Amino acid sequence: MSQLGEQLRDPLRELYQEVIIDHARNPRNFGTVSNVTHHAEGFNPLCGDQLSLEVEIENNKIKDAKFKGTGCAISTASASLMTQFLKDKNVGEAEQIVKEFIDMLTQSPKIEHPNLGKLTVLAGVHDYPARVKCATLAWHTLDAALKREAKIASTE
Amino acid sequence: MSFNVDKIRADFPILQQQVNGKLLVYLDNAATTQKPKVVLDALINYYQTTNSNVHRGVHTLSMQATDAYEAARTTCQKFINATEAREIIFCRGTTEAINLVAQAYGRNTLKTGDEILISQLEHHSNIVPWQLVCEQTGAILKVAPINEQGEIMMSEYQTLLSSKTKIVAINHVSNSLGTINPVKEMTMMAHAVGAKVLIDGAQALAHVNVDVQDINCDFYAASGHKVYAPMGIGFLYGKAAILEAMQPYQAGGEMIQTVSFLKSTYAPIPQKFEAGTPNVGDAIALGAALTYLTKIGRENIHHYEHELLDYATQQADNFPGLRIIGTAKDKISILAFVLDGIHPHDVGTILDHEGIAVRTGHHCTMPLMEFFKVPATVRASMAFYNTKQEIDELFCALRKVQEMFE
Repeated sequence: MSQLGEQLRDPLRELYQEVIIDHARNPRNFGTVSNVTHHAEGFNPLCGDQLSLEVEIENNKIKDAKFKGTGCAISTASASLMTQFLKDKNVGEAEQIVKEFIDMLTQSPKIEHPNLGKLTVLAGVHDYPARVKCATLAWHTLDAALKREAKIASTE
Repeated sequence: MSFNVDKIRADFPILQQQVNGKLLVYLDNAATTQKPKVVLDALINYYQTTNSNVHRGVHTLSMQATDAYEAARTTCQKFINATEAREIIFCRGTTEAINLVAQAYGRNTLKTGDEILISQLEHHSNIVPWQLVCEQTGAILKVAPINEQGEIMMSEYQTLLSSKTKIVAINHVSNSLGTINPVKEMTMMAHAVGAKVLIDGAQALAHVNVDVQDINCDFYAASGHKVYAPMGIGFLYGKAAILEAMQPYQAGGEMIQTVSFLKSTYAPIPQKFEAGTPNVGDAIALGAALTYLTKIGRENIHHYEHELLDYATQQADNFPGLRIIGTAKDKISILAFVLDGIHPHDVGTILDHEGIAVRTGHHCTMPLMEFFKVPATVRASMAFYNTKQEIDELFCALRKVQEMFE
């Protein structure tokens, strides 16, 4: 990190960790899935962030997950990390992770979240109430996709 | 120039505080402005000495409250050079004022196939009330396009005007870009086809001279909180003859002459449009804010704000990776922009850490964001209490934002 960057106070770097910046700049799994079985659209009416999520599920297992859309670093990194994390998880596990992730951001960031692994880099968002919805957009969208809800997932 | 910004800043208690360990740099004045001590004092004084219901009591306080409330109306009238005080209707703000016109005028006069003309620059509050009235009456909403600078294309505007056009609703100043629209010329063109004209003055009142007789608009809507007064108060100006011919908007106490179960008759304007106990304290505080601005001198304010805009624009032009959104020739002190590869919300969060308050998002103008093909912008909106030093701090912080994302 450059000297100027060092001058920024720590809490900010805790929010914008290198991993998050990396995933925001080079999102993984950005695109579309060839054999889509589940999909949903996510929308945050407050800021206009949009996200389209496609998932391929075979024998109750997530084979592939990809997303497209526009959003801030937090929302893009969250979607990118999520799609990486989902691969080879079964649907039950994915549903459990959705709950745990949203809980980490809205309830208890300090509690250990061993199931969340790398996703805990986003725990710092808890301290920025205005940004929590950025981080949870992809997850609400996943929840809608898994439930095969036809409607657009919304953070509101 | 007899303008001392340090003296002005001392009038605003909120500006003396620190945010995130840094002296507050408040650059979100297009969202709401801060309140000078004279406005806060007017509120406290009203509630400590005068508080009483208006227009009905024979006791001393009620008469004093009525006098102060009506004096505030006269202050608003003079501030926009309306012909008469009764042409000023107090309401919650610009949004309510526009809804009042849409429902009490539009809904009662529009027929299927009639047209309402707005522009691409409008705030949602000057779009959605008209969409609603279109659904109710079968009228059609037309939109005048803008050019790449963010100015309404006057030739297109002219083309869209026809004998079908019954209402033209245009903002005086764009909240997202700062563009000042040629409302006098646009009103003249609209009147030539027989349309009535509403000007959304929410962003204008604090930053440009408003003379409703010169503009010759039929309605002018404004919000107190954008002009250094409290939230929850604003006014609608309307030409007396038009207001008199209109049906009431809301019904209740204050707006009646006589009530019987067979038929009630309405009070004359402005009371006809002020049903229920009005927001007396905030109206008085609005009067205090306008008096304060007049005392400082509106020309001085506008001149100083223009200097700030020029200073900020110059820095923005020389800032690598920054693109200004909205480059109209005629602008108020709003600088909207995007940084390459960095989302406005991330910019906003990092600036907040530096004690700098800006607005990020679509600014309630989603169609306008679509036009510029950006999901959102960062908007620094300056007022006469801001300084060049604060603008330096903004750009210094923007460099830090870029460092963070390198």
